[in-house]
Amino acid sequence: MSVGLPWQAKPLDRIGRAFAVPRKAIKIKPKVEWLSILAGDGKVDESLDPKLDADRSIYLYRLMLMARRLDERCIILQRQGRIGTYGPCRGQEAAHCASTIVMDREDWVVPTYREPGSFYHRGWPLETVLQFWGGFEEGCRPPEGVHDTPIAVPIATQALHAMGLAWAMKLRGDRHAVLCYCGDGSTSEGDFHEALNFAGVYRLPVVFFVQNNQWAISLPRAKQTASETIAQKALAYGFDGLQLDGNDPLAVYVGTTEAVERAKSGGGPTLIEAVTYRMSVHTTADDPTKYRSKEEVETWEKLDPIPRYQKYLLGRGILDPKRIEEIEADVLAELAAAVVRYEENQNADPLDCFKYLYAEPSAELEQQRKEFQTALEREGMIEKQEPRMAQQRS
Amino acid sequence: MALMNMVSALNLALNEALAEDDRVVLLGEDIGQDEGVFRVTAGLMDKYGQDRVIDTPLAEAAIIGGSVGMALYGLKPVSEMQFSGFAYQGFHQVEQHVSRFRNRTRGRFNLPMVIRMPYGGGIRAIEHHSESREAYYAHTPGLHVVIPSGPRNARALLLASIRDPDPVIFYEPKALYRAFKEQVPDEPETMPIGVAQVVREGTDLTIISYGAMMRPVLEAADELADTDGVSVEVVDLLSVSPLDTETITGSVAKTGRAVIVHEAPRRCGIGAEVIARIVEKSLVYLEAPIRRITGFDVQFPFFARERAYLPSMERITHAARDVLAF
Repeated sequence: MSVGLPWQAKPLDRIGRAFAVPRKAIKIKPKVEWLSILAGDGKVDESLDPKLDADRSIYLYRLMLMARRLDERCIILQRQGRIGTYGPCRGQEAAHCASTIVMDREDWVVPTYREPGSFYHRGWPLETVLQFWGGFEEGCRPPEGVHDTPIAVPIATQALHAMGLAWAMKLRGDRHAVLCYCGDGSTSEGDFHEALNFAGVYRLPVVFFVQNNQWAISLPRAKQTASETIAQKALAYGFDGLQLDGNDPLAVYVGTTEAVERAKSGGGPTLIEAVTYRMSVHTTADDPTKYRSKEEVETWEKLDPIPRYQKYLLGRGILDPKRIEEIEADVLAELAAAVVRYEENQNADPLDCFKYLYAEPSAELEQQRKEFQTALEREGMIEKQEPRMAQQRS
Repeated sequence: MALMNMVSALNLALNEALAEDDRVVLLGEDIGQDEGVFRVTAGLMDKYGQDRVIDTPLAEAAIIGGSVGMALYGLKPVSEMQFSGFAYQGFHQVEQHVSRFRNRTRGRFNLPMVIRMPYGGGIRAIEHHSESREAYYAHTPGLHVVIPSGPRNARALLLASIRDPDPVIFYEPKALYRAFKEQVPDEPETMPIGVAQVVREGTDLTIISYGAMMRPVLEAADELADTDGVSVEVVDLLSVSPLDTETITGSVAKTGRAVIVHEAPRRCGIGAEVIARIVEKSLVYLEAPIRRITGFDVQFPFFARERAYLPSMERITHAARDVLAF
């Protein structure tokens, strides 16, 4: 007796199940694992240690340090009124830096707003990163040759762009992958669900990397979802989930590398949950003392990824105190120069809001631009511009 | 030339776009195997395969947001919202990303993508299938909002929209899908986006409309000519963003009288914008107050009441006579 329906992938299984009498557990193929290599107490699982060479190890250390120092600098710049509201990544340097460095040039990285190290690694000038927080659209413009998406402020919406990018890669037959950052809060959004669902259906080369930093502004992780882990949400979409210690750069690197390799070899998406902690404020406009205890923050400070990685590299003889000092000085000097460049390039032409809206501005938009220009000239906000004809003659 | 209805004309444009550019992909709910609930995509999956005409899971945000990713990667996605009434599950993607990418990246990324969606009443459909919300999209900078009114301009505007480097909301008047046929050229034809058409020249009164309402408007123009001997000029906007101010105000400067017709609600509707532009540019030419025959500022009624609700030829001629008699 044929009970299958033509559009069902496994008609006999599904219909057969409907006719099966006993009650039993359903086996689900995808799995959820936990991964930690460099523990909070400094212990290393030698069998899993990727043993990155000295150059790569130092590069990652410096990248994490750059993210930390940039963060600290931005908070000062915000307090001084030299940039606007800033969302720091303090505590999450291992999570975002050790995952981003896995990606190749032709891959795409799709960030949120707490991954300054990712931008820096991928070739965005530091002053461009500063420009975003300084209120300039130019902070969303990747330099030539770099194609990652800019900061995404709305929550989880970028997960769909990551999915679409991976979809296009697959349709074009390109062996690239997409790394998509999200936060624990984003997992409650509909876009997160839709992105993972589509990625599963089409087996897309995308890695969803959730930085579970325990807090979505004031809402703790426990109130965000009743799921025991965020990683297990992958099961419902038909692919693997991996929960790892997000403050362990080695686990982040290994877990992301595996997921990216799987994506590029046609194995489909992975959901990574990096368990980390937002050691600082949500943004400079936030006061976390209203909703979380000092003790909790202190507990996590002991698990800070930067001293942990530094200690590990000292132990492996890759770093020594002198080298640490040199890197520190080098990072601070590069940052200081970037701040100078940022502040030297603040020519914000108010008329630019018309310039980039469409390939061809419409007549009505051109008329509004002229109206705006005339008003700005009248108000002394911009210098009166010579009529075009006169410019041509001279 | 071939005689065809709007569904066939839209299908023709999609077929041409898929054939001329391998970066064009179609995606949406039930557009492949089922050929679209209105059959606009008939035969296209068979012809171009499942990787170019893609049946998606049921999720509007993913269709639109996924299109953003595809467009960033260099594809030209043409997505279908099954009904405009369900596009709101993806509206945030339109507002937060589709409309903004070019500007916020200072021109580095543009999104050549089209979101097609059937809108409007008149087909006795259930709740959520009859609204006209073009004003939402027209209010969003960074989009084009195009609304055809017949087979020939539907084909030409859809092809132009797919070729356009910027995102287009393509609002299809579903009441006209199979309402009438027109001769459509065999060779690919496009029309510029943002240019209105004077579809009937006249001297006494201008009626401005677009989309499905062009039918009762043209009937009203005939009726006024036949019964009252009035010469009516009819402007078909074709695009509500950008809005062709020149054609609108030029016509009203000539006739001195205007009636605006749309089925969308009146408050902050396209008619309000059209009136504002007439007042700004052609006030001195006005011989009478401008009238709007539109949907009211109420929920679109369930279909048992929709025939009474929708602007009709009679309501348009009545308003026109009022304006002419002022």
